[in-house]
Amino acid sequence: MSVDQDYDDIPGTYVFDAQQSRRGYHLNMFCMSLRHAGNRDAFKADEAKYLDRFPMSEDQRRAVLNREWNEMLRLGGNVYYTSKLAATDGLTFQDLAGLMTGMERDDYRAMMVAGGRPIAGNRSKSEWNDG
Amino acid sequence: MAEIIAGAAMSHVPAIGVAIDQGNTGDDYWKPLFDGFEKSRQWIADLKPDVVIVVYNDHATAFSLELIPTFALGCAAEYQIADEGWGARPVPAVKGQPELAWHIAQSVILDEFDLTIVNDMEVDHGLTVPLSLMFGQPDAWPCPVVPLCVNVVQYPPPTGNRCYNLGKAIRKAVQSLDKDLRVVIFGTGGMSHQLQAERAGLINAEFDNQFLDDLANNPKKAAAIPHVEYLREAGSEGIELVMWHVMRGALDDDAVEIHRHYHVPASNTAVGHIIFENKR
Repeated sequence: MSVDQDYDDIPGTYVFDAQQSRRGYHLNMFCMSLRHAGNRDAFKADEAKYLDRFPMSEDQRRAVLNREWNEMLRLGGNVYYTSKLAATDGLTFQDLAGLMTGMERDDYRAMMVAGGRPIAGNRSKSEWNDG
Repeated sequence: MAEIIAGAAMSHVPAIGVAIDQGNTGDDYWKPLFDGFEKSRQWIADLKPDVVIVVYNDHATAFSLELIPTFALGCAAEYQIADEGWGARPVPAVKGQPELAWHIAQSVILDEFDLTIVNDMEVDHGLTVPLSLMFGQPDAWPCPVVPLCVNVVQYPPPTGNRCYNLGKAIRKAVQSLDKDLRVVIFGTGGMSHQLQAERAGLINAEFDNQFLDDLANNPKKAAAIPHVEYLREAGSEGIELVMWHVMRGALDDDAVEIHRHYHVPASNTAVGHIIFENKR
């Protein structure tokens, strides 16, 4: 049973709580396996076959194969784990963060250099819906 | 008698480690950040602590979802540098201080802080980037380290208040060791940043500067910040700031702030840094 949490109202954010951790266990453990160079090579050689080692849901498999980074988070992924998949692809953490915002790489970098995404207008889902 | 003489807090962004390792600290992008640590490196070189306790978090490196200790204290003689997916950082292995670490474990567990004791653990950028920021690029780190690893990846992390009180218990533990050791404690992580999803890139300089003020002047107020406020105001990964309260709790209430630095950005993150010394 899912209980409303005080952080549910924060927009564009998936808090890695008990519910998400239970949902994403095998997805995250797949990502964790990529910490080892031999596993990274095996994954790159045949992604679908490598994923068979992990009892993930069909949705999770598809999100991994299609590199749907936000979908992975919705399905229980945690960014410190999914970043290991990004690293396997040769992406930096900043590249990954930018991809999840839907911004172009250079635009995201420029936003950070200019002080980052402001807090004003980004505290509550209601502020996003009104926009 | 052993004593904690000073504390410092600093962010531990992996890209800072990459900039140091690749010799880019003088670039336009990085120079303003590293300039703020020049005084700090001189300060700690003059201070010559016998041990540093580093409060940090593991980023799905030594610990995965298989095992999630809320507080894990490193009691080993040595810690190897982890490969986090990009290869291991080219920095020296970290020497431990088992005598002090085991003493802290025994003392704080009997003080009702039920730490996990760790004898074999690789350390990631969470621990090594602060060492690089403070000690530069030596062939060997100048002093042994006691790692205290705090879970901030799986929600919920320990509360700020719990961290603050653990700091006090660590201080008591250190003071009860009958050995002349001058100890410095680092709190690491933060400041505001969000690495995930559509709101990634969030920075809140107002929150961060208020946090630095409160940490210095009203640490109990800072320790009382609820988790939802970190998540909302400082970003989902800004909740790492709870670790700074362990450091502050381990110092005297009237410890003196001697240095502060704040810079945006390092990659996706606001970098904060503050140093305190206990009065003599």
